[in-house]
Amino acid sequence: MMRQVALGTVELQTRREMLDLVVVDGKARGIITRNLLTGEIEAHEADAVVVCTGGYSNVFYLSTNAMACAVTAAWKAHKKGAFFANPCFTQIHPTCIPVHGENQSKLTLMSESLRNDGRVWVPKEKGDKRPPQDIPENERDYYLERVYPSFGNLAPRDVASRQAKYRVDEGRGVGETGMAVYLDFRDSIKRLGADKIEERYGNLFEMYAKIAGEDPYKTPMRMYPAPHYTMGGLWVDYNLMSTIPGLFVAGEANFSDHGANRLGASALMQGLADGYFVLPYTLGDYLAKTKLDKVSIEADPFKAAINQVNGDITKLMSIKGTRTVESFHKELGRIMWEYCGMARNEKGLLKALELIPKLREEFWTNVRVPGEANYLNPELEKAGRVADFLELGELMCRDALERKESCGGHFRTSTKLQTMKLKGTMKNSAILPLGSGMDQVKLKLGTKKNSNLKTLNSQLAVINRGLYVS
Amino acid sequence: MSAKTIDLTLKVWRQKGQNSEGSFKEYPAKGVSVHASFLEMLDQVNEALISQGQDPIAFDHDCREGICGSCGFMISGNAHGPIKSTTVCQLHMRNFENGEVLTLEPWRATAFPVIKDLMVDRSAFDRIITAGGYISVNTGNAPDGNCLPIPKPDADEAFASAACIGCGACVASCKNASAALFTSAKISHLALLPQGQIEKEKRTIKMVEKMDSEGFGACTSTGACEASCPKDISLTNIARMNREFLKAALCEKPEHHHGEG
Ligand SMILES: Cc1cc2nc3c(=O)[nH]c(=O)nc-3n(C[C@H](O)[C@H](O)[C@H](O)COP(=O)(O)OP(=O)(O)OC[C@H]3O[C@@H](n4cnc5c(N)ncnc54)[C@H](O)[C@@H]3O)c2cc1C
Ligand code: SF4
Ligand code: FES
Repeated sequence: MMRQVALGTVELQTRREMLDLVVVDGKARGIITRNLLTGEIEAHEADAVVVCTGGYSNVFYLSTNAMACAVTAAWKAHKKGAFFANPCFTQIHPTCIPVHGENQSKLTLMSESLRNDGRVWVPKEKGDKRPPQDIPENERDYYLERVYPSFGNLAPRDVASRQAKYRVDEGRGVGETGMAVYLDFRDSIKRLGADKIEERYGNLFEMYAKIAGEDPYKTPMRMYPAPHYTMGGLWVDYNLMSTIPGLFVAGEANFSDHGANRLGASALMQGLADGYFVLPYTLGDYLAKTKLDKVSIEADPFKAAINQVNGDITKLMSIKGTRTVESFHKELGRIMWEYCGMARNEKGLLKALELIPKLREEFWTNVRVPGEANYLNPELEKAGRVADFLELGELMCRDALERKESCGGHFRTSTKLQTMKLKGTMKNSAILPLGSGMDQVKLKLGTKKNSNLKTLNSQLAVINRGLYVS
Repeated sequence: MSAKTIDLTLKVWRQKGQNSEGSFKEYPAKGVSVHASFLEMLDQVNEALISQGQDPIAFDHDCREGICGSCGFMISGNAHGPIKSTTVCQLHMRNFENGEVLTLEPWRATAFPVIKDLMVDRSAFDRIITAGGYISVNTGNAPDGNCLPIPKPDADEAFASAACIGCGACVASCKNASAALFTSAKISHLALLPQGQIEKEKRTIKMVEKMDSEGFGACTSTGACEASCPKDISLTNIARMNREFLKAALCEKPEHHHGEG
């Protein structure tokens, strides 16, 4: 890209945030941005618009995503008529460094590859506060190996995440907060030597030691799941065009490639495929086939969009309430994590649908945005993003409520077994349709033979075996 | 949560904009969890400032895991703080003592004008990359993974150079505000790989010329950059850049313009 910048075919507009999409005669014809340094609201006209603004895991407040990741661009496009698909399909990654406390601002992912050589366990006894090395072998519960003998520690992401949550919910979580499970390399170090482990995971071990302040060569890592990826996004067709002609969406911002549960390493692949192999052809095709009248940023749709953006900013600045933007974002995050996180049920989702509109109302009457609008103002930037998350959060809960079945990252605890037509042979737990939300019923099914149960989606379980890249 | 906490005093450089006067202001940071990161400590201070109706401290950040290169400022004279090989977003408060007084300042360099408080404009780095930090081939079908064998040591060395995140700590720590470590890392990363050979001379000359014209100082090999680099970029990159530059300058051919695509 920087070569194209040098050649003059691409102009970088750094430190700008897209705050609206401009639709003229039913086609996407431009965007409105805010210059984050000067606060200037700028209009850009275009023949087509490509949105590549990433995912919305930050709706949970704490996630592995970078701080500036937001749904704003996609959400504004949605409000202008682009369909939003599968908003509740979110992925919770099992191996992240656990939350340390109230001031935590983001979560750090530890590569999933660690599960190749690390064994996941918690103490068998509730509330066992002994240091891990003092807990003898027979008092440890290697629960993934126990529950999924053939997948073991390599169980798919959503399964491993939920299992960690169950253990914590049972009161068997570890560490200062009790909100973590161990990932232990003791046996691999014994088997392969510390050198080999260092060669494989040296940088990750170093990173962990820095953040957690403990040496993972000597004491097991503490891990807990964290929101990581959003499979949902703006709906696109095979040409990556949304329901608004001329609005293309690529990368994590669209809903296209990952169904209900993304597999490891495939997000970057999608980015490459969308950017290198799809858009260069489909965008050209659209431009070649579409008659586009000239538009000017003086046209009414641009003026209306600018007015809307300015109106929202003036409103945010003028509330001058008592609560910080961050406090609203944290509260929304807690609601989403609690009721629309790893496991969802009707009661919880209905509760969230009560809480979110109330919180949104309070936000629009009591938020405090300091500083000035026409100047660098990170709090104003955050306020706009949180305002959109407060709307998206509600949509996610509605979607989750609507989907009564479990599916990939969307796990409904209230789903009744009989609604899933299962038949065939269940020799052991390992042939359960992992990833289709059936892991929780596994123990009951255990060794049943020739029951009327059938794998709901055995392909999914097979595909899920191939995910251990990152 | 029963985490241990500490109290600190911060002396922070406050400057409203590039052309405004700046000065140090003192702020208390009380009850900071030792498990918090340095930026989380600043978040906490900012939340308190906002609640008191004051202007929060501006600083750049994004990934908060040491990979994007957005964060960085001086903590009591050390770029990214006192711990080696660590960006300020990955610096944890357990590395500080209760009662410590810390001075926070933006990167100081002519080529990095202050935007606000601890934020500086590092777009000069972008312009150095634009001058040649790439390989001029258009993307087509993906080549076969094994068609260009690269010896493991070469790949490792190129990777080590490519680890530079463009944070600017090297410039801020250098008494001459030289960008030699950054530029040499970018030149080396490509010069070490077969794909980078074709334009090697042109690239080296253009990037070094751009570096000089952006107002960065000359390198006098004091090594402060290497010591402060959060990604352990080695001084050998600078030696390689100088060697490549000399070679390129000696055999520079007049440029042909065929029109690039
Ligand atoms: C910690 C971590 C590790 C990961 N590891 C892997 C891995 O190993 N393999 C893999 O395949 N996937 C991995 N993923 C997932 C993958 O990295 C992401 O899905 C992918 O980078 C998304 O790319 P993108 O270009 O769609 O969006 P992003 O890379 O998120 O880029 C979106 C950009 O748009 C900007 N933006 C957002 N809103 C606006 C706006 N309104 N105006 C202007 N700009 C805006 C953002 O600041 C950002 O720079 C990982 C993700 C994380 C968080
Ligand atoms: S060389 Fe090191 S200090 Fe300099 S920009 Fe790169 S990562 Fe930062
Ligand atoms: S915030 Fe990305 S490197 Fe520090």
